[in-house]
Amino acid sequence: MSSTVNSGFSIEAPRSDGRNHQRSNYELYSWLFMRISGIILIVLVLGHLLIMNILDGGVQRINFAFVAGRWASPFWQVWDLTMLWLAMIHGTNGLRTIINDYAERNGTRFWLKMLLYTASAFTIVLGTLVIFTFDPNLG
Amino acid sequence: MTAAVVVPETPVLVASDVTFKIRRFNPEVDSEPHYETYTLALYPTDRVLDALSRIKGEIDGSLTFRRSCGHGICGSDAMRINGRNRLACKTLVKDLDITKPISIEAIQGLPLEKDLVVDMEPFFAAYRSVLPFLIPDGHEPTKERIQSAEDRAKFDDGTKCILCACCTTSCPVYWTDDQYFGPAAIVAAHRFIFDSRDAAAERRLEILNEKEGVWRCRTTFNCTDACPRGIEITQAIAEVKKALIFRRV
Repeated sequence: MSSTVNSGFSIEAPRSDGRNHQRSNYELYSWLFMRISGIILIVLVLGHLLIMNILDGGVQRINFAFVAGRWASPFWQVWDLTMLWLAMIHGTNGLRTIINDYAERNGTRFWLKMLLYTASAFTIVLGTLVIFTFDPNLG
Repeated sequence: MTAAVVVPETPVLVASDVTFKIRRFNPEVDSEPHYETYTLALYPTDRVLDALSRIKGEIDGSLTFRRSCGHGICGSDAMRINGRNRLACKTLVKDLDITKPISIEAIQGLPLEKDLVVDMEPFFAAYRSVLPFLIPDGHEPTKERIQSAEDRAKFDDGTKCILCACCTTSCPVYWTDDQYFGPAAIVAAHRFIFDSRDAAAERRLEILNEKEGVWRCRTTFNCTDACPRGIEITQAIAEVKKALIFRRV
C-alpha cells in the first residue's frame, strides 16, 4: 500500500504500517462490560437514590448513625461496593473512549489516560477502604 | 361514437431562483476553504447535480466536483447537502428548502483536495483491509457455487453498496479517528462474513475485532441515515458485533 503524498493534507492511511494488530478481545469485553454494568447500575443507582433521598423522610434523616446502621449489614456493604466498582469502571471506560476520540496527539492521549486511571484507582481504593474499615464506634 | 379522450393536464413546472452556498477550496491559492454563493433558476425536478453542472458551465468554470453516471449508481458525487451526506444526483430541488441558501460542502473526514473533491484513498484502504472478495474453500465446482435463496437473503442488503462514502464520512467516530474502519468497510465485510459460499468469515471477524474495528461504533445511526441506497448499516454492524460475541455466523 503506497502512502498518499499530498502536501499538507496527507493523513495516515487506515491500518498502515506501524499499527499493531494484536489479537485480543479487549475491546469486545469492554463493550460487553459497558452494556452489562449499565443494566446492573440502573437497579443499583436508582435503588440507592430512592433509599437515600426519598424513602422515610429522605435526605434529612441521613447522619452518621444512619450510615453506620446500613453498613452493619453485609447486604448494603455488597450493594455499595458493587455500585462503587461498577460505576467507577463504567465511567472510566467511557472517558477512555472519549479521550481516544478527542485527544489528537499521542502524548496528550497517553497522559490524559494516565491521569484518568490514577484518579479512578485512587477513588476505587479509597471507597473500598471506607466500606471495609468503617468503624461505627467512631461517633 | 367517439370516445372522450381525457388528456391529463400537464403540471406546469415553474422555475424559481435557488441560491447555493458552496464551500470552495483551491489548494494552489487558498490557505483555508471559504464559501461562495451562486443563484440560478431551477425547476423543482432538477437535481443538485444539474445545478452544479450549470454553475460550472454558465457561472464559474473553476468549480470542481466528481460525477460520473449521474444516476445514483457510480457513487462519485457524494457531498454534504444542507449538512447531510447525500448524492447530488439523487437530491431533487423540490426536496430542499429553497427559501434559504442550500449549503454544499465536501464530505467530512477525508483530506480535502479541491472544492468538493476529497482524497478517497484512506476510505478505499479501509475497504481493502477487510478482504472484500469471495474466499471459498474446498474443490472448485464445475458449475456455479450453489446457494439457497434464504442464504442469499442474509447478506442481500450489503450488496447494494456503491462505495460512495456517504456513510463513513457521516460517522462522528470516523471524523475524529481516521484509523477506524468506518461503516462502509464493515458493510463490505458483513457481505462476505454472512455469505454461505465464503470460508474466511473468521479472518474478517478477527480484523474487525481489532482496536479500530466494530467496537468503535457508537450506534449513532448517522450512517444508516446517510446511505443513498437505504442499506441498514447500523444493523449490519450490530450483526457483526453479535457474530463476534457468540462466534457464530
